[in-house]
Amino acid sequence: MSERLVLIGIVIAAVSGFPGLFLSRHSTLGQWLSTALAVIGSAVGLSSVGVFWAAGDSQPIVRPWAIPGGEFHVAMDGLSALFLVPIFLVSLLGCVYGLGYWKQAEHPDNGRKLRLFYGLLPAGMALLVIARNSILFMVGWEVMALSAFFLVTTEDHDRAVRETGWIYLVATKVATVSLFALFGLLHAVNGSFKLEPLNEANLTPGITTAIFVFMLIGFGIKAGIMPFHVWLPSSHAIAPSHVSAIMSGVIIKMGIYGILRITSLVPHPPVAWGGIVLVLGTISGVLGVAFAVGQHDLKRLLAYHSIENIGIIVMGIGLALLGRSLGRDEWVILGMSGALLHVWNHALFKALLFLSAGSVIHAVHTREIDHLGGLAKRMPLTALCFVVGAVAICGLPPLNGFVSEFLIYLGLFGTLGVEGKSSFAEAAFAAPALALIGALAVACFVKVFGAVFLGTARSEHASHAHESPPSMIAAMSVLVACCFFIGLAPFAVAPVLEQAVSAWAPSLGESRQGLLTLAPLDSISVMALVLVAGLAVTSGLLWLRLRNSVVETGPTWGCGFTAPTARMQYTSSSFAEMLVGLFGWALRPRIHRVKVTALLPQPTDFHSHVPDPVLDELVLPTFRFSAWLFSWFRVFQQGRIQAYLLYIFVALVALLLWR
Amino acid sequence: MAEFVDPLLFVEPLLILVLAINFVALGASRIRTVINAVAFQGVLLGVFPFLIHSEIGLRGVVLMAITMALKGYGIPWYLLRAMRTAEIQHEDKPVISYMASLLLGAVGTGLAMEFSSTLPLHEDHSHMLLVPASLATVWTGFLMLTTRHKAIMQVLGYLMLENGIFLFGLLLLEDLPLLVELGVLLDLFTGVFVMVIIIHHLNREFSSMSTEHLSALKE
Repeated sequence: MSERLVLIGIVIAAVSGFPGLFLSRHSTLGQWLSTALAVIGSAVGLSSVGVFWAAGDSQPIVRPWAIPGGEFHVAMDGLSALFLVPIFLVSLLGCVYGLGYWKQAEHPDNGRKLRLFYGLLPAGMALLVIARNSILFMVGWEVMALSAFFLVTTEDHDRAVRETGWIYLVATKVATVSLFALFGLLHAVNGSFKLEPLNEANLTPGITTAIFVFMLIGFGIKAGIMPFHVWLPSSHAIAPSHVSAIMSGVIIKMGIYGILRITSLVPHPPVAWGGIVLVLGTISGVLGVAFAVGQHDLKRLLAYHSIENIGIIVMGIGLALLGRSLGRDEWVILGMSGALLHVWNHALFKALLFLSAGSVIHAVHTREIDHLGGLAKRMPLTALCFVVGAVAICGLPPLNGFVSEFLIYLGLFGTLGVEGKSSFAEAAFAAPALALIGALAVACFVKVFGAVFLGTARSEHASHAHESPPSMIAAMSVLVACCFFIGLAPFAVAPVLEQAVSAWAPSLGESRQGLLTLAPLDSISVMALVLVAGLAVTSGLLWLRLRNSVVETGPTWGCGFTAPTARMQYTSSSFAEMLVGLFGWALRPRIHRVKVTALLPQPTDFHSHVPDPVLDELVLPTFRFSAWLFSWFRVFQQGRIQAYLLYIFVALVALLLWR
Repeated sequence: MAEFVDPLLFVEPLLILVLAINFVALGASRIRTVINAVAFQGVLLGVFPFLIHSEIGLRGVVLMAITMALKGYGIPWYLLRAMRTAEIQHEDKPVISYMASLLLGAVGTGLAMEFSSTLPLHEDHSHMLLVPASLATVWTGFLMLTTRHKAIMQVLGYLMLENGIFLFGLLLLEDLPLLVELGVLLDLFTGVFVMVIIIHHLNREFSSMSTEHLSALKE
């Protein structure tokens, strides 16, 4: 039943953009039609997940398929259901948000294209999540990857957008090639393209390692794990904001889903897998947030936070893998529950942050943090949404980010060892790293919120900003509510998480401990409620006090100057200067600074930016070198028929003489 | 009469004639000469099936007649017409001189003789000149294709190449499968047809038939 429903949802979502193609580019009817269809499709998809949770069983649909090795085999399990929720929820909210953010009337050239691929994208993702055949999986994967390419390049009249699109396309194709190799290996082991547990008799150490490497590259690129993240920051920055929301919230999670699906098929993952995954997660987490601190572009900054959060998720996966290798069920349950809950949480709060950022961009038309400022007064609702997202992403109570990070903390501390059980105390070093990530995230969002929403406006546009239309605010409010729900009632999602964990690790057995016995989710709930109540009481008292007294307004951070200007405020780079300096060994900031020596110096300037070193210093030079290498082949491409015929002739003679 | 004179006796002298024509085509600069030489070679080749395979049905006869008509009359006529419309008589500047072409042709023919003796051939054929002649003709065709600038000369090189392949095919096919030969003929005819069209366009665009100018079209 749930499989049928989700297929119906996929079809409706996939076709949602087509009616608009047949209407005039200035017609708003197409926009309403496609949004309505996409909302219906997503709602059907979400209800299918509800049906699955209620019924708890799945009836796989298996149909023969003409493609060699392919089989139309879809099935639902706890893992699929868990990933279907963000796919349909974020795309539904994104469509509603798009009504205000990307009006057909304002974007006649690309509005229809955007809506077409905005429908195909969740369809592809949902298909890959329920596919149980690797060819079908690849079909969904490519629909997703290509739709995302067209979404990233929505504004393809802009040169920067086209260049970013190319980087994305190259990255996603490398991932695809790697997945071909991965599924080829799985076929060699199992003898079919079915996604079934691997036959242990055929698993040599060499094949196991190769599976791991191709899995990490293929899915790691999509997930944006460092150092495979090169495509991510610029694509997220340059896409329309509701596209960034679904990319950051959902698409990169498909990489996580792939890693989970493949690792669930491996009967006994080696200990090294868990260790390597944990280390990669830690690196992504710490460096992701460090790079975020150095950014000036609001959306690029959020994109680096996606890398950070993927790092946290991957840390949880690494812990769970270690638990499976060493037979420690509580590591599996805590690590995997934390990772899976963080998949949801990140989808919620990162989508919320990108939509809020989009709201800012919609009002001010710039992503440059140093051109914003003072927006909390003009866009109070957007500011409120952003602050909720920021608190959530920093992992602070009473919101959802705290819960998932708390589960991972609990699991990591558990690795310190218990008498008589195998331990892996090295893993506990990830716990301080997680704390560092949290602290840096707080610093980063203090910087963003301070520079964007507080203080005074730094540009003409920012001082005339206006609040966004209701459709955008509505989409953001739903996400705010979800963040609060998981933060205040985490026990409510425990059954869903347990179901997904047991789908990932069937070896957990019947006698497994419940998540609720391992983690004090109900106490978290009580404490969060107390915190919310405390906040409410304090702000109520404050409001009462202010109401009865005279309030004087003046420029923020005026510091007693008689004529303060907006340029006297902290900028994004001055606020982050110390942290960027501390991480200078990895961030390699480019700073242009003129040393002032004279008493009355000439006017001078200062600027700094933090480029992506992996892209700028590794990937691009490699590509340039190969382009140079291949330019030598142009010698052979003369454009002369005689020369081409000679090549054929030489090849023929060589073949004759060969042997 | 056929009982007294073995037709196979004629094969060797005719093959030598085929080889000689190769050299004529390589050494000539007048395009008309080359067209005639290739046409003559085509007609000559049409005779071979009758000599090598004693039992040849009506179908084979008709087929050979068509081949000879096409190679001896149809294609040459078409090429001569192209030559007249493009108003050219000579290959002006071959990539290598005529002397060098002849020399390379001779070396190639020698190598073909040498090479064919190493091939594991059916003993009926191993003593015959058939394989070396076919390889030498292919070699000549390639030489013309790669060393001449005029598009029409390349068409002729292509025809010669096909002649060589045809000779080789005589070995393999006890009686010629209709489809194979028809296919080759059709291929040949379309090839010539397309190339003549290209010659016309080349001539119109660049006022010359030299394929050198095509390199101006590369990206």
